[in-house]
Amino acid sequence: MKKVVKVILLLTIVFGFWSFSKSEKTTNNGYKIGDVVADFKLENIDGKMVSMSDYKEAKGFIITFTCNTCPYAVAYEDRVEGLNKMYATKGYPVIAIMPNNIEVKPDDNMESMQERAKEKGFTFPYLMDKGQRVYPQFGATKTPHIYVVKKTDKGNVVKYIGAIDDNYQDANAVKNKYVEDAVNALLNGKDVIVKETKAIGCSIKV
Amino acid sequence: MKINVLLLLVLFSACKQEEKLQIEKNDLVKVQETNVENRDLTVYNFDELEPLLNKKEDKIYVVNFWATWCAPCVKELPYFEALNEDYKSKNIEVLLVSLDFPKQYETRLKPFIAEHKLKSEIVVLNDVDSNTWIPKVDKEWSGAIPATIIYNKSKRAFYEKSFNLEELKTEVNKFLK
Repeated sequence: MKKVVKVILLLTIVFGFWSFSKSEKTTNNGYKIGDVVADFKLENIDGKMVSMSDYKEAKGFIITFTCNTCPYAVAYEDRVEGLNKMYATKGYPVIAIMPNNIEVKPDDNMESMQERAKEKGFTFPYLMDKGQRVYPQFGATKTPHIYVVKKTDKGNVVKYIGAIDDNYQDANAVKNKYVEDAVNALLNGKDVIVKETKAIGCSIKV
Repeated sequence: MKINVLLLLVLFSACKQEEKLQIEKNDLVKVQETNVENRDLTVYNFDELEPLLNKKEDKIYVVNFWATWCAPCVKELPYFEALNEDYKSKNIEVLLVSLDFPKQYETRLKPFIAEHKLKSEIVVLNDVDSNTWIPKVDKEWSGAIPATIIYNKSKRAFYEKSFNLEELKTEVNKFLK
């Protein structure tokens, strides 16, 4: 009996300390390179639900957290569409997820997403992170924020996190196409060299 | 400047009501334009900005990364302005680093600064190679704005978050001995 009490006491202390240290920590608890991504089921602009498991033929995904209202995200819209055109047929389709709270950003609501997708001719799914449960799992902090994942026996493994390329202002002046380089490496069965990049973006609105 | 405005107001009050409104409107526009012209914006690349993030004088520096298109940034700007005003005697310098797009400096940023009568020091950072410079600001920064650094000679703190005035003062007070 005494032993049980002791164990419980110890566990309480350990967990107490653990939860304390967790709340103290402000660093990102989302996916890191090499982590297996949990699947999601989110509503697309056409009303259908989309999960990664729907894509039987895919070799991986270019998961893009984006929105209508962030100028950085808007600056990359055409390039995201370009990535889908280039890689969907090769097995790496784009799945775009809109992570903002639409009460804070009404112009990111479903109707606006549908309108924007139509205007820009998006050929990829544009999903609403309803309830904002998916972006925190990924650890996305901003729009645009890209995760390239590779389908393996273990599940979809994170291979790249960060920006699309190194010039948000001018697509023609880009020197490093980070996402393209990553996907090309994966398609060729090679390691991704630049695995993480940083870029300015709009904080996800909670 | 203040005296001029007062004189104008006195003049206006002597005019007929309709005319007065008309002139005041015109005058407002003029004042804004002059302010826009007067406020020179310095545009830096990161190498040029970096020394401003690492000053060695005996002061507390508060550096805020923002942009006119970033709603939470715009919301917290008044708190940085208030800090700049209220803590002047406490040896604190506020620097607002705008990340606005170059094509909007004249059409959006300058009018915004004039309209909101921003008094803190403002510089513009235009450096597309963010993957190189973001980690130099802070290793933990994902690149989302708003973001803020508070530092002095011996201590440094980085915040990827929005502030209210109370939180901002609390953080700055940690640097005040």
